[in-house]
Formats: sequence, C-alpha cells, structure tokens
Amino acid sequence: MRSHPMRKYLREDRLPTIFCPGCGNGIILGAVLRAIDELKLDMNKIVFVGGIGCSGRIPGYIKADSLHTTHGRALAFATGIKLYRPDLMVIVFTGDGDSGAIGLGHLIHAARRNIDIKTICINNLNYGLTGGQFSPTTPIGAYTYTSPYGNIEGFFDLCELVASAGAVYVARWTVRRVRQLIMSLKKAFVKRGFCYIEVVSPCPTGFGRRNDMPTSIDLIRFFEERVVHIKKAKRMSKEEIRGKLVIGEFIDVEKPEFCEEYHKLIRGVERGEIKVLRPHLDWLELEMRA
Amino acid sequence: MRMWKGRVDFMQGNEAVVEGALLAGCDFFAGYPITPASEIVELMALKLPKRGGKFVQMEDEMGSLAAAIGASLVGAKAMTATSGPGFSLMQENLGFAIMCEVPVVIVDVMRGGPSTGQPTLHSQGDVMQARWGHHGDGELIVYAPWSVQECLNLTMEAFRKATKYKTPVILLSDAIIAHMRENVVVPDEEEVELIREEIERSHKPIFGRGTSVHVTGLAHDERGYPSDDPNVYRKLLGRLRSKILDNIDDIIMLKYEKTCEQQDLTIISYGSSARAAKEAYIKLKEEGIRVGFIRLITLWPFPEDLLRNVINSDKVMVVEYNQGQIYHFVKAALRDVSDIILVSKIGGEPFTPSELKIVAKKIIKGDGGCEVIL
Repeated sequence: MRSHPMRKYLREDRLPTIFCPGCGNGIILGAVLRAIDELKLDMNKIVFVGGIGCSGRIPGYIKADSLHTTHGRALAFATGIKLYRPDLMVIVFTGDGDSGAIGLGHLIHAARRNIDIKTICINNLNYGLTGGQFSPTTPIGAYTYTSPYGNIEGFFDLCELVASAGAVYVARWTVRRVRQLIMSLKKAFVKRGFCYIEVVSPCPTGFGRRNDMPTSIDLIRFFEERVVHIKKAKRMSKEEIRGKLVIGEFIDVEKPEFCEEYHKLIRGVERGEIKVLRPHLDWLELEMRA
Repeated sequence: MRMWKGRVDFMQGNEAVVEGALLAGCDFFAGYPITPASEIVELMALKLPKRGGKFVQMEDEMGSLAAAIGASLVGAKAMTATSGPGFSLMQENLGFAIMCEVPVVIVDVMRGGPSTGQPTLHSQGDVMQARWGHHGDGELIVYAPWSVQECLNLTMEAFRKATKYKTPVILLSDAIIAHMRENVVVPDEEEVELIREEIERSHKPIFGRGTSVHVTGLAHDERGYPSDDPNVYRKLLGRLRSKILDNIDDIIMLKYEKTCEQQDLTIISYGSSARAAKEAYIKLKEEGIRVGFIRLITLWPFPEDLLRNVINSDKVMVVEYNQGQIYHFVKAALRDVSDIILVSKIGGEPFTPSELKIVAKKIIKGDGGCEVIL
C-alpha cells in the first residue's frame, strides 16, 4: 500500500489524531504541508505554535518543533520566538475561539505590529473541543449548548478585523477550496509580515448536529450555498451581502515588518545614527502628509 | 552575599534590577508598563537595543510572560517585570513555565492590593500569590531583596537558578525597594564572567536545533507527548517538585543574627519590612535584650527545616507589610514555639524601628496578644 505523500512530515508515533470523523482539520493540515512541500521549505527552520482548542492540537502531529501553549496566547508566545530568532519561520494554528475571543487582543496587536507570523485560523463556528458552545463567529440563530434557544449575539468578521488592524495578507477560504487555500498559504509563507488565513471548516460533532447538519457534507453544502467571492462582494449592496460568506483575498500589501525594523533599530543605535529620545514634533505632520 | 569589585553608583531598586539582569546576560524583555515597575520596562527599552538584545512592549501582561517564555524556548535569557495586578494576569503562563520547565525571570514589584489598590505604595501582599497564584501545585523559586544592592545581586541569582533548575524564578521587590536610592556596587564585567558563563552553559535553546521537540502545557511523558495516564502525570509532577525540593540547600538563603545562644525573642522578616525590623533588632541589642533576627531571602521554597533548626527562643515575632502571609508558614514550621506573633502594617506607611522595638518589648513581657496591627 502506498503511504500518504505528506506522511513524512508527521510524527507517526502520535497517530491517529484526536480529531472526530468529518473534521476539517486534516484537510487544512494537509494543505499546509503541501504548501511547505511545494515551496521546499526546511522543516528544521519552522516552529509550529498552537493555542487551545482542536486547532491548537495540530502542531503536535507535525514532525518539527511544536509548541502547544495556553488558551488564546499562541500569538504572544510566537511573538517571543519570532523576535528573538527572526531566521525561524513561525506558523500559528488557532481557532475562532482561541484568536477571536480569549486571544483577540493578541491577534489584532500582532497584526498592528506586523510581525512576520503566519496565522492559520480554523473557523468551525463553535467551541469544538469543549463540546460545542457558541463562539464569536457562530451565526445568529444557530443552536449550541450555550445558545440552546438560538444565538442572539452578533459575530465577528475576523478577516475584516485583522485586515484593518494592519496585517499585510488576509484571506478566507472554506475547506472545499483546497487549491485556493494552498495558493494563499504559499503566498503567505514567502511574504514578510503578519499573514492571516481563515479557513471555514466543518465541525459536525459540535456545530452540525445541533443545527440539522449532522454530516460534514451538510456543513460544506451550507458554506458553499453562502459563498461569495470578495471581488463580487465588492459590487454587492449591504442588503445583498447579508448572510453571505465572503471568501478570497481581503488584503495583500507590503509594509515594514516588526523584526526587520527592530534589527534596523539595533544597527542604527550601534552606529550612533539613531539618537535617544529626540523629540519628533514633526511626526504628526509627516503622518498627515503621507 | 559577596562584595563585588566594580563601580559605585547611586541608583534606585528598579535600576539595580536592570543592571543585574544585563550583567547576567539578559537579552530579551517583554513587558507592559505598570506602577511601580515601569522603570524596569523603560530602562530595558533603552538599554537592550544597545547590546543587541530585544525588547517588546506587549499588549498586556499575559502576552508579556508568553513572549518571554517563547523567547526563552529559542535560547533567550528572558525576563518580564510587573506589579500585583499584572502578576495576577501572568499566573496562567507562570503555570505553563513551571509545567514546561522554561527558565524565565519575573520581577513583581509589589504594591497594595487587592485590585488596583494602592498603585504607588508598597506592600508585601503577593507573597502567597507568588507561590499559589497559579492553578495546580507546581514548585518555583521566589527571592525577596531588602536593599538596592540585593535587587542587583538577586536578579543575577534569579537568572542562575532559572537556567540551572529550568524553572521560573520570581523576584518579589516592592515599591519601597524599587524607588529607594542607595549606593550600589555594580560589578565589573570580569567579576561576573563565571556567573554569565554558567548561565550560558546551562541554558540551551529547545527549538531551532532541528530536533523536532514538542512542548505542551498538557501532562506529558518524557518525549513531551500529551498523556492522560495517571502514572505519567504523577511521575511528571513528582519530578517537577523534587528538582526544587531536593536542592533546597542550594536554593535557600537566609540571614540569622543573634546576641546569645538562647533568646527571649526572635524577629523574622524579609524584603523591605526587614529594614525596620533590623534596626529594631540593633536597638534592642544595644539595650542588652537577648534577641535574634532572621531575614528570609528565599521565600519559596519555604525554609521550614532550617527555621526549626536555628530558632532558639519561646517567642517569635513575624514582621510583614500584609495581614499575615508568611506568618502562617512560620507558625506551621515552628509548631513547638509557644508564642508566634504577627506584627502587621498595611496602608503604605513604613514600620518605624522604634514602634517595632516597643512591640518587641511588650511581646517579651507577655502582653503582646497574638497579633499586633500597627
């Protein structure tokens, strides 16, 4: 029997994974490994970081340096790793709860700082690992164990949030769009700066079963019925876009990266080119001119 | 503690902490400004880039300790500094550092609490939080400096112990020590070369070596893989505990002074409260009163056996700026001592040596009660 082509990247002694049948995590892990494989990246130069939740468990299955942190703090841990060792590539796996609720502060600040961390957010529309409670991305009206009468809270568009916070690359795909996902991952992996890729993923166990979508197929159909590409979405009115799932690339720009800027600062201080606490009274004016 | 060869400088406690950290080789600092610890954050922002070190001001204290731990995992001599409210936020990742055996130094400049409390005034209210603030029962090392010089010395020692025992080490300073200025001997670089080499030798990066290591805060086996086997958990926790408790001779520091073998009263104190207590001890000694003075430098692990062995009096007074924290551990350790009296003062006013002297005399006479609130 032929072995799976990506198996060489996995810790075989840790398989099988803890993921439920029908979970999207395997597809996303596969896409990440394929992107790495196609770019021929050195696995010895990558640190995988995960938070808490089903998504946070992914790094532990990859045969590379992997860190399983506390809830919501994956990006803060990753900030320390990346700043001290900018030569290492840091890939963070997080979820809608991990980075959209408890760790939202770290998410938008990592984007603001524009530190070169590749963040993959697996949005399964609920808290899966704790058994299916509503998250900041659960649709209005959806049933979960903590919204037993239907969710009445609004939800975040994490991509819009991260893009406006200052990230250089933001994209959203569903697990059905593997080709586009790999393309986005490859783009992010070679880009310098904070990259955020959200993947909408089925959670039949936690989310689907309570919402008349007991299988992965039901959930993927649910996503695909609502999918609108961002190019088309830009031409649609607010009313038309309501209830739709916008996919595609939200932002793709170039900006100074934090670790590189810090390196420049160290060099400048060493050479005496940067002075300490010089009052930059004209900075506001410069900013306005820009 | 040894005296250094070096330059004499006049500085405040927070500055001395930074000097000590840089001498120990600290090359990464992640922090969030908070009174009365802000000078540490500011000085690190100023000084680290000059030495090629990295500084980052994080969005909160949870992130600060997380970033410091992340940097330590790739080889940094990492540190963070905060005060009570920030220290509360750090507890989750403090537990992570204990569980994953990550060397990191945390400076907690104590202020009055609970909550926002008294931001600009001192307290010793975080003694228990430092030990028991994180969930679960991990062991860690906590030092309490009583002078500006000791801020420098103990910060270096904190880095030595953190890297040696692969554990977080906490320096419990407070608003008095932090903002007080004293003469300090800042050792020459050559003086501390051996210490710096020792830290360098015992601290190796976990990540970035091509060894595919997995680090998790979950209960894990020797490979670092998560496991819910009760024996794996028991073995892990047992090891985390014994690596500290089996080495208390190396970790525990305590100062003991006495006027004669058998005393009428022993004064126990630590950190800033020990300054007034020491003065009171000297005054009592001058009056010919048989008295002993113990200053705890290591608060955790608590020097239980050592205290029991050195105490030779029926009466003990514990002097601290809280409503009784280390007092309870002194009481538990000295079960055979008949009178153990807490002398407490809160609110941000320091003890005066003369008021402590009066209390001490009352206690010797036997009319001190069981608790004195000044």
